Amino acid sequence: MRTPRLLALVAAAAATVPLAACGGGNDDAASGAGDKITVDASDTECKVAASESDAGTVTFAIANKGNKVTEFYVYAPGDRVMGEVENIAPGLSRELIVELASGTYETACKPGMIGKGIRNAFQVSGSAPALTEDAKLAQATKDYQRYVKSQTGALIEQTTAFVTAVKAGDVEKAKTLFPIARTYWERIEPVAESFGDLDPKIDAREADLEAGQEWTGFHKIEKDLWVAKDVSKSGPTADQLLADVKTIVDKANTVTLSPVQLANGSKGLLDEVATGKITGEEDTFSHTDLWDFAANVEGSQAAIAALRPALEEKDAALVKTLDERFAAVEAALEKHRDGDGWKLHNTLSQADLKTLSDEINALSEPISKVAALVAGK
Amino acid sequence: MQRRKVIGLAGAGVVGAATAGAVAWRSTANGEAAQESADRIAFYGERQAGIITPAQDRLHFVAFDVITKDKAALVDMLQSWTAAAARMTQGKEAGALGAVGGLPEAPPEDTGEALGLPPADLTLTIGFGPSLFDSRFGLRDKKPAALADLPKFPGDTLDPALSGGDLCVQACANDPQVAVHAIRNLARIGMGVVSVRWSQLGFGRTSSTSTTQATPRNLFGFKDGTANLKAEETSLLDDHLWVRAGDGPDWMTGGSYLVTRKIRMLVEPWDRTSLLEQETIFGRNKGEGAPLTGRSEFDEPDFAVRGDDGEPVIATNAHVRLAHPTQNGGARLLRRGYNFVDGSDGLGRLDAGLFFIAYQRDPRRQFVPVQMRLARQDELNEYIRHVSSGLFACPPGLLAADDFWGRSLFT
Repeated sequence: MRTPRLLALVAAAAATVPLAACGGGNDDAASGAGDKITVDASDTECKVAASESDAGTVTFAIANKGNKVTEFYVYAPGDRVMGEVENIAPGLSRELIVELASGTYETACKPGMIGKGIRNAFQVSGSAPALTEDAKLAQATKDYQRYVKSQTGALIEQTTAFVTAVKAGDVEKAKTLFPIARTYWERIEPVAESFGDLDPKIDAREADLEAGQEWTGFHKIEKDLWVAKDVSKSGPTADQLLADVKTIVDKANTVTLSPVQLANGSKGLLDEVATGKITGEEDTFSHTDLWDFAANVEGSQAAIAALRPALEEKDAALVKTLDERFAAVEAALEKHRDGDGWKLHNTLSQADLKTLSDEINALSEPISKVAALVAGK
Repeated sequence: MQRRKVIGLAGAGVVGAATAGAVAWRSTANGEAAQESADRIAFYGERQAGIITPAQDRLHFVAFDVITKDKAALVDMLQSWTAAAARMTQGKEAGALGAVGGLPEAPPEDTGEALGLPPADLTLTIGFGPSLFDSRFGLRDKKPAALADLPKFPGDTLDPALSGGDLCVQACANDPQVAVHAIRNLARIGMGVVSVRWSQLGFGRTSSTSTTQATPRNLFGFKDGTANLKAEETSLLDDHLWVRAGDGPDWMTGGSYLVTRKIRMLVEPWDRTSLLEQETIFGRNKGEGAPLTGRSEFDEPDFAVRGDDGEPVIATNAHVRLAHPTQNGGARLLRRGYNFVDGSDGLGRLDAGLFFIAYQRDPRRQFVPVQMRLARQDELNEYIRHVSSGLFACPPGLLAADDFWGRSLFT
């Protein structure tokens, strides 16, 4: 998803603007689980000092001793992200504080920030109050909010880098950054879309406009970069984009989506894939649609993952189906990886696109059942 | 002309009701009596509906690829399809909760665009393509020899993306919305298990499958299907249409093989062709549909008659001669094709033609030799292009509600 050249920049930005730890918050870091668990990350290893912990707040201290930028994750079953730290540059150390209930988890380092990562089992034991169904749904919205927060942080960071490159007139660098900044946007699109006026300002395509309507946002700059190949006049649009992104991030971090909205959001993201990304309409100038595709799927998966404990209770077979079909989509998409990123949409054959379309439909169908299940009827 | 057509249609209704009545009686014995009416074709019966059923006016035909490797998932889907098809052909919604009866938070069990419309004689007919009988589902041993892939015919310009398929469903109805609704719901139910490979809308049936129907015209303006097998010709149907015990695997006994060909017609050049040439190419006159050696439509063509110039009156490369049973070892087909217009092609030419559909007992002895002759010699080839091809084994009908499409094949 990111090119190596870029990673250094990203890491530099991350070092000066540390990502908020995605766990329970720094202020109560001392409470609960006691000592920090050290994680020695390298390009080939992920040594986690402990493989178990008591329930409560757990703090991981990750040191990147490798040569690649890495990430660290704690996953609940189904790859539900309990906490993550992104963009840990070589030589840097970061902390992740995460609240974990009794259960089986996995930790993962992701050298190069791609793939499933180097996984270790992590067992959490101890008494945790039995959760009612409603509590699980309430937890789902909290989990998802945490996910949104992690993505919005990166969205601002990456959009800033993109805007900076545009204003510097560096067309090549801006082209590289374009799909990366959009990744974070596309992962949380349902949240963004809940703010009706801002979404089109940031993400409208040329074809979406009415006659006379002013065009702003990512796709206007995309056209400048790929068609005009000239961003000397794009500065104001870039400034506006960053301002709009900051506004929407502020709003996104205060809004709470209901569990049903989460379910519909996960379906909506796949519909985005099926309608805009499969056809190449979204990134019609850059053809970077597969970046958006992957991000939409990841965002959908995150919403389903947040709902997972509640879904397990209501329909375990459906959860199994969703796991299988998410895996099938990932596998189909993986065939089109190109380095750290993706092949361009216009290099895929019609048969390739048909296969991707089939897999998305196969996943969307069971996901369409989730909302009614969550509504509890 | 108009008067005759009206009489023909009225007659079709009567025959439809009579057929349906016979099936309803059989269903009653199983405690599954269904209310039959003139615009409702029985779903359960010895044969699949939609083959000798008097040809309805509209078609939505679809071919699917199976995308799952899980046989149980495929069988499960076929059961869901059967239940939905049984309901929709009787004018009901695709699922028990229907378009508006379910949970507000859930997608409806029916897409709703046929609410308030009559059954419109909807028939749904399933077929299994040669490609289904590969290693995926353990069906190799059940593949009928008659389901061998069609040979390449001279002049074929087939688009693979519009050809073949593991499964097909033919939806025919007298209301296009009813036919489309049925296919749309089956595709929806099949998501993740099957994927639509190609589909075709058709209007204006180009064949009559019953003696009660007037012979319709194709987009070249000629009557089509004068020599077609008809539902009333029972013993001919046994010889030429229905698969007999011993013909192949048991699961196909009582079924029929379906060939589809999408034939693009180059209508603009045709429309610039003289009437004389048009009639010479077909070997029939345009007004009556009579063979050039006769006076009325159903006169038998006499291929031996020569004109004053010593040449055969019906040319040696005329369509009617090349396609005629007497010239093909007696091979007969039951055709139920449809005209199509898929808009225009971007060059201002009508993207139009004939979606040819033919049922038969064994394509190797019927469609293949006839089409090979036509492909090699037919003067009409100058004005047509075969762009899509399909071959499917359509099993016999389902006798009761506990049966499902494909059971004899998969279990």
